[in-house]
Order: sequence, then structure tokens, then C-alpha cells
Amino acid sequence: MKKEFKVIAELLPNNSRVLDVGCGDGSLMSLLKNEKNIEVRGLELDQDNVQICIHKGLSVIQGNAETELHQFPEKSFDYVVLSQTLQAFYKPEKVLKELLRIGKSVIISIPNFGYWKVRMKLLFFGKMPVTKTLPNTWYNTPNLHMCTIKDLFNFCDEKKIHIKKVVGVNQDQTSFIKRGNLEIKNLFSKLGIFLIG
Amino acid sequence: MPSLAGLFFWMNIKLENIKKLDVTKPLKLDCGKTITNFPLAYETYGKLNPNKDNAILVFHALTGDQFVTGTNPITNKEGWWVTAVGPGKAIDTNKYFVICANVIGGCMGSLGPKNINPDSNKPYGLDFPVITIRDMVRAQETLLEHLGVKKLLCATGGSMGGMQLLQFCATFPDKTFSAVPIACSSSHSAQNIALNELARQAIMADPIWDNGKYVLKKVQPKNGLAVARMVGHISYLSEKGMQEKFGRKLQEKADYEFSFNADFQVESYLRHQGYAFVERFDANSVLYITRAMDYFDLSKQFKGGLSGAFKNQKTKFLIISFSSDWLYTTKDNKDIVIALNASGADVSYSEIVTDKGHDSFLLNEPEFLKTLKGFIDTMYDKFKNEKRI
Repeated sequence: MKKEFKVIAELLPNNSRVLDVGCGDGSLMSLLKNEKNIEVRGLELDQDNVQICIHKGLSVIQGNAETELHQFPEKSFDYVVLSQTLQAFYKPEKVLKELLRIGKSVIISIPNFGYWKVRMKLLFFGKMPVTKTLPNTWYNTPNLHMCTIKDLFNFCDEKKIHIKKVVGVNQDQTSFIKRGNLEIKNLFSKLGIFLIG
Repeated sequence: MPSLAGLFFWMNIKLENIKKLDVTKPLKLDCGKTITNFPLAYETYGKLNPNKDNAILVFHALTGDQFVTGTNPITNKEGWWVTAVGPGKAIDTNKYFVICANVIGGCMGSLGPKNINPDSNKPYGLDFPVITIRDMVRAQETLLEHLGVKKLLCATGGSMGGMQLLQFCATFPDKTFSAVPIACSSSHSAQNIALNELARQAIMADPIWDNGKYVLKKVQPKNGLAVARMVGHISYLSEKGMQEKFGRKLQEKADYEFSFNADFQVESYLRHQGYAFVERFDANSVLYITRAMDYFDLSKQFKGGLSGAFKNQKTKFLIISFSSDWLYTTKDNKDIVIALNASGADVSYSEIVTDKGHDSFLLNEPEFLKTLKGFIDTMYDKFKNEKRI
């Protein structure tokens, strides 16, 4: 079980209504459904993953989050979850707006480009960093808009999006991130999980 | 080769021996007329279990019938959905109790235009009332009571079968636990209507048709009906699929004949499909059923449009479309998903990538069949749990 999913599950109250955008094979959805009795729906592009979800008895709609979020009515979910995909959209800002329209709150996780190992790789080797969380090379990466926890923090402030909670994840360690500890947490978190809206 | 009249006579004898429910409750049709004491022909496969929680209702498409799988006792050919339904298949008849009824307006034993009109003691022909998809569905609902099924595990159907299913869920929101509408639409588009009109005009242009009175003479407007079927067959295949299957290949000849015989394989295929069809289907039934499809517009029946049709839906939906289907497109199917989402219903959706066009739901499409099986099997577990609680 991914630590990230555990953190996301802890952020979500029992019995709420959740949309998992880019739900993959439905691992997070299963967790939310079974352990928190959350009414969860998924949106997923890949046909094989859609089939896996359906076999698990999960409700999933095959579609592209970049273009098809308009089908969900305003505030139709308590929470919308987007796990490590924001950076892969052509227009992340537009997608984020849609997520905030559909959900009363939104949970976004991002691989942190400000993590010290990533910084070191670029600094000392002069190459685009390849790490466990960022396993692809520059020419085949789906990540078009890499950002750091600090970037997303600043983005939310700039766009006047209310940040409710930010959790940094490093291995099995988690910690809350605030303005006061942002610089250090931005250096030592592999992953940032934002609860906004 | 027996004569067509002889064939019909033989078919009618065989039609006496199939399962039929005499529906005694009067059914008020959308056109205003009422039918009563009418036959509804059906077939079942597998066994209803003691908990009565394993029943699946299948709605058939335009030219389908109640003989979903096994051998059709009337035509002696394979059932129309033998790829998906049967022992060990996606809809496993060892596990589930599968029900299918012939639509009213059809010609496989349910009340249709070739039945005797009690007012005149002659076959109805065009005196048969114009029916709608809702009429078909209301007639079939009576069958569930007869079979002792309070709530279905699942209902499914492709094409017009999918339309009936959407109507069924909208009209009877508590009758099925889950639903799989396949390659269908919530209303007929201008292009859909145009293609149906082409089929009808082909039948009506055949002098044998004689305003639908051919039934009295025990003949069939073969040529018109065959053309109508050819139109259908073109719309069931994709451009790419047709090109791959036939291309410009010639039919058992080395060069053009410089005639109007079937030089090309695709011509031969259409002719074969067209003329095979006249042996099992009634021309007036094609008129009535295509009309019902054209009149279908679910959003028109409910306040708040299509999402209004699915208000307070507890049924769990899986919508399936095929990427190369141009008759009922992915967009048509997605519109249903959007409406279900808007009404807060539990809906899954999958687009199966294939070149085989609208026909895909009848073919051995592994991804499609796997998805169907996965959904129905998990729904069965959920339904059993829900019933236990």
C-alpha cells in the first residue's frame, strides 16, 4: 500500500462522495470504499485499467480528464482527488479549475521537483533527474509541467485558492507543511499532498 | 427449396410450439389505442435460483428475437447472441437465469402486424397500431411477474435493445439492480431516422407490399425487404472494417463481367444477407419496429431532459460503446453517461476500441466480453450481499 494513498485516505472523512481523477487500476478507490465506506467514482483514460476497475466492482468512466471533466455537475462531489497527474496535463491550470468546480474540496498530490535528490542530480550531473518518483527520461516523460511544492503553494496564493492542508511525504515519514517550514520541507519531501478549495 | 408461402406455413406451425405468455392485462399504448389478451413470446436459459436473485433480462435489437443463444428452433440457426450468452460465456447460463422476450410489433410469436386482428378476423397489416419503445418495454415487464422475478440482477441489450433498456430503467426504476446498455442512444438522430426511412421506403416501393396487405396473400415483398436489410448491414459495419473484409475483391471471378451481376464480394455479401433475411422476418414488422426506434426520445418524456429520466436511479449502470460505431456513436453513448452523472446515478463507461463497427456487440470481441463478464459477476456478489442485509 502506497504511503501516499494512506495519507489521502486519512484526509477524507468516512461516508463522503469522492471522484478519483486518473484512478488507474483503482487501488485508491478500493481502499476508500472498503475502509472508509466512501462512495467513490473514477475517471480513467486507459482501457485496460478501466477493465481492471470494473472487475473489482468499482464505478469508473473511461475518459480524458483534460477534455471530459465538464460532464460532472458543479459541486457534485465532496472531494475530487488527483494523484500525481497535474503535471502531465497540457493545461494544468484549466484542469485545476475544473476540479475545484466539481468538488467542494480538492486533493492534489505532486511529485516534488524541489526534493533534494532531484536538485542534486541536476546540479552535479547536469542531467534531467531520474528518480524513483520520476522514473522517465526527458524524451519519454509524461510530465510536461514539473513543479515543486513551493511552486504549487505560490500558485494557490496567487490564484486565491484556499489551502486547507499540505502534507509532505518522504519514505514513510509524513509532516504538515506551512509557510513557516516551506523551504526545508520543499527540500526533504518527495511528494506534496495538497487539500485545497 | 420450399416456396415462400410453404416456408411461412411451416414457420407458423413452429411458432405454435414456442413459449408464450398471454397478457390479459390491457396495455394502453402511447398512440392511444389499447391492446389486451395478446401473446408475448419469450425464451429462458438457465435456472432461476431459490433466492430469485440471478435473473438477467436481455432486450433484443431490431431484427433479433427471443432466441438469444443455443439453436433458434424456428430458423435452426444459432441464437443471435451466442457469443455472449451461454454455458461458460460472459453471461453464464450455468450461473444466471436469462430471459428474453420478442418485442411487440415483432414476428417471432409476440403480437405483431401478421397476427389476426380480432375485429376483422384477418391479419392486421397496417391496421396494427403504431407502437413505441415504451410500449415494448411495458409489455415485457408483465413477463417478470409471470416468471416470479421481483427484481432483476441485471438487464442488458445492444442497439434497440439498449434503447429498450434505458426506457425500462426510466419507467421502472426499481426493477433491476444493474443495467448494461450497449451501443445505443437516448434518441434517434436525423441520420438514424434517415436510414430507417430508406429501409421503409424500399419495402413500400415493392409492388408486392401492397399497402401491407401482402399478408393476406401469404406472400412477402422479398425484394423491398432485402434492400431494407442491405441498408441495415451497411450501417452495422465500419468503413475500415468493410474495406478490410471486402476491399475491391471480386466474387469468384478473375475480372469484371461488364454486367450488373454481383461482381464484387461486397455486393454478393449484401445480396446474401438481404435475401436470407426475408426468410425469417416480416416486412411490416420492419416498418413498425423502425418507426418505434425513430419515435424514441427519452429526454422528451421527462422534465429536466435526459437526466430527469434517470432521477433517483438506484440502478448501477455500465455503458459500453465501440470506437468505430457510426450508427450509435461514442458521443451518443457518452451523452447517456453525462445525463446519468448529472442525476447522480452510479455509472461506469467503457469505449471498446475496434474496427468492427456497430456489429461489434454481436461478435467475439474479447475486451468487450471481458468487461461485460467482469461487471455482471461483481454485480451478482453485490446484489446477493444487499439482499442478505
